[in-house]
Amino acid sequence: MAQSLGLEPARRAPAAAPASLRRHLPGPQYAALGALVVLVVANAVFTPHFASTSNLWNVLLQVSTVVLAAVGMTLVIATGGIDLSVGSVMACAGAVAAVLLERGTVLAVIAALAVATLIGVVNGTLIATMRVQPIVVTLATLIAGRGIAQVISHDGELVTISDPAFMQLGRGYAGPVPVQVLIALAAVAVALFLLRSTPFGRYVLAAGGNPAAARLAGVPVPRTIMTVYAASGLLAGIAGLIVASRLGASDAAKIGQNMELDAIAAVVVGGTALSGGRATIVGTVIGALIMQVIATSFNMLLVPYAWSLALKAAIILVAVYLQRPRRV
Amino acid sequence: MGARAVSLLQRSGALVALVAAIVVGAMRYYDFLTAENLLNVLRQNSMLGLVALGMTFVILTGGIDLSVGSLVAVAGVVAARLSPAGSLVALVCGIAAAALLGLVNGVLISKVRIQPFIVTLAMMIAARGAALAATSEQSVSLGAAASGLAWLGRGDVGGLPVPVLLLLLAYLVGWVALRYTRFGRYVFAIGDSEEAARLMGLPADRIVMATYALSGALAGLAGVILTARLGAGQPVAATGWELDAIAAVVVGGTLLSGGQGGAGSTLIGVLLLGVIFNLFNLEGTITPWWQWVMRGAFLLVVVVVQGRLQRREAHG
Repeated sequence: MAQSLGLEPARRAPAAAPASLRRHLPGPQYAALGALVVLVVANAVFTPHFASTSNLWNVLLQVSTVVLAAVGMTLVIATGGIDLSVGSVMACAGAVAAVLLERGTVLAVIAALAVATLIGVVNGTLIATMRVQPIVVTLATLIAGRGIAQVISHDGELVTISDPAFMQLGRGYAGPVPVQVLIALAAVAVALFLLRSTPFGRYVLAAGGNPAAARLAGVPVPRTIMTVYAASGLLAGIAGLIVASRLGASDAAKIGQNMELDAIAAVVVGGTALSGGRATIVGTVIGALIMQVIATSFNMLLVPYAWSLALKAAIILVAVYLQRPRRV
Repeated sequence: MGARAVSLLQRSGALVALVAAIVVGAMRYYDFLTAENLLNVLRQNSMLGLVALGMTFVILTGGIDLSVGSLVAVAGVVAARLSPAGSLVALVCGIAAAALLGLVNGVLISKVRIQPFIVTLAMMIAARGAALAATSEQSVSLGAAASGLAWLGRGDVGGLPVPVLLLLLAYLVGWVALRYTRFGRYVFAIGDSEEAARLMGLPADRIVMATYALSGALAGLAGVILTARLGAGQPVAATGWELDAIAAVVVGGTLLSGGQGGAGSTLIGVLLLGVIFNLFNLEGTITPWWQWVMRGAFLLVVVVVQGRLQRREAHG
């Protein structure tokens, strides 16, 4: 298995991170891409109305929020961390925007994204400087964040949104393309650029591959870790705004529920190892698409929701199994 | 001297906090220190306590079990389905179903070598799906024949509610197992360093499988009790319990990295979170949403303090 060979150098030495960047191209993401193609072709043949333009746009539309959260999650996981708080952050962003919209669209959006980023910064600070495990820190912000979202929305009320400009986020189109798909694409492009062509991208992989060595090599590990959690918060915030706009309301209990699981699933199915030191943004997008195509086609075939959960679980396991590091 | 105080605080910080919370409760609320209220706290937390005990074993080996909430639901649904065949059948099959799924976790983790986080995340999704599929997403009422289950959920022995009795028994057994048996030593050894444990010839795979099966079985027992208390098996029951259980384990002082902690610590963690909730309720003016905020903040404070103490201990 060629893809597992690429893992070892990156895990051992951060100096090999650039090499693994080049090497990760023909890696597991091609397996994921193959699976996606098979899924789409099979559905086009067997699922009535699947291959219609409106349905394909629908898949892209639905996947855009998962992609946003999953891109942030990819960066976090590449540093060897995890961010369980993304769903709650989405709810917080939606709540802040809904409450502030009457004072102006721009203010509401900026405030919402600031709050989302701030939660990410809190996560990052505790993880990078206090060295608390990411899973515990973000578990705590998952619990607290959901509460904060409820408190902000006037103690758990449904806050309706009627601002026409804000509605463009989740319901608008630019030509045939939904605005939210464009936003997700932009996020993917920025993340790709950052990872591949900037020192920051190298730092992320180095910090995840071997933090001690990275520190000795002069990589600003704490700052890098803070940045990825802040980015994850910001992206989750954008996703939260889109969902709130789609719903036409801020539902603090529902927005972003279980998003952390969907995002993690997209990342690992796409081929980013949970152990850190590697990242494939394209893989993550493919992973998110695989999960969404399954959900959509099961929906169209009237397969019970429960079975799509079972298949989801199986796909996660198989994907991780195929990519598991070999014991030496 | 300083190091010793730090070490004491690290080991019994949760106990100190629990005592403080009880003292505050007793001074501030007339209703707090009554047998009825205290038994109520214990009864309400008995099921989560059982789940957290299983989680303790798993975390001590350096693993994690995200599937427990779904396994609670599976066991509850199985027990409700089989309740017409008698209470004992329902109880045994409920626990067995969850234990079996726990064992599957263990096999995938130790033999197939997939990370615990991923395996149990997948099991969490799949088991929830199975519970929903088996019930067509409806709750399943208990059969009339299941009087034993009713006793399990609502009965008492000498004034002590049966779920509380089971909780205390389980923790006693768990504490003895961790402290005084070979199995317990192996669990700690694997958590300290799985590689070293393997090199010493410990049956690491079998121990890891056993801890996940145990976690499943305890989640199963909790699920059967929950069904008995509710009078129905609900496929959506216990959503998010994995988070509460992990929080209780961590608050009690068991390290997520494995190898340090114990059953007693977790019981204190469960009780501490339970008492704090009870105080919120007695106060009456704190909305559930603020309770969530405080829970999260409390968990953060605890882990930050723990991390500090631990590092001081390591340096000093």
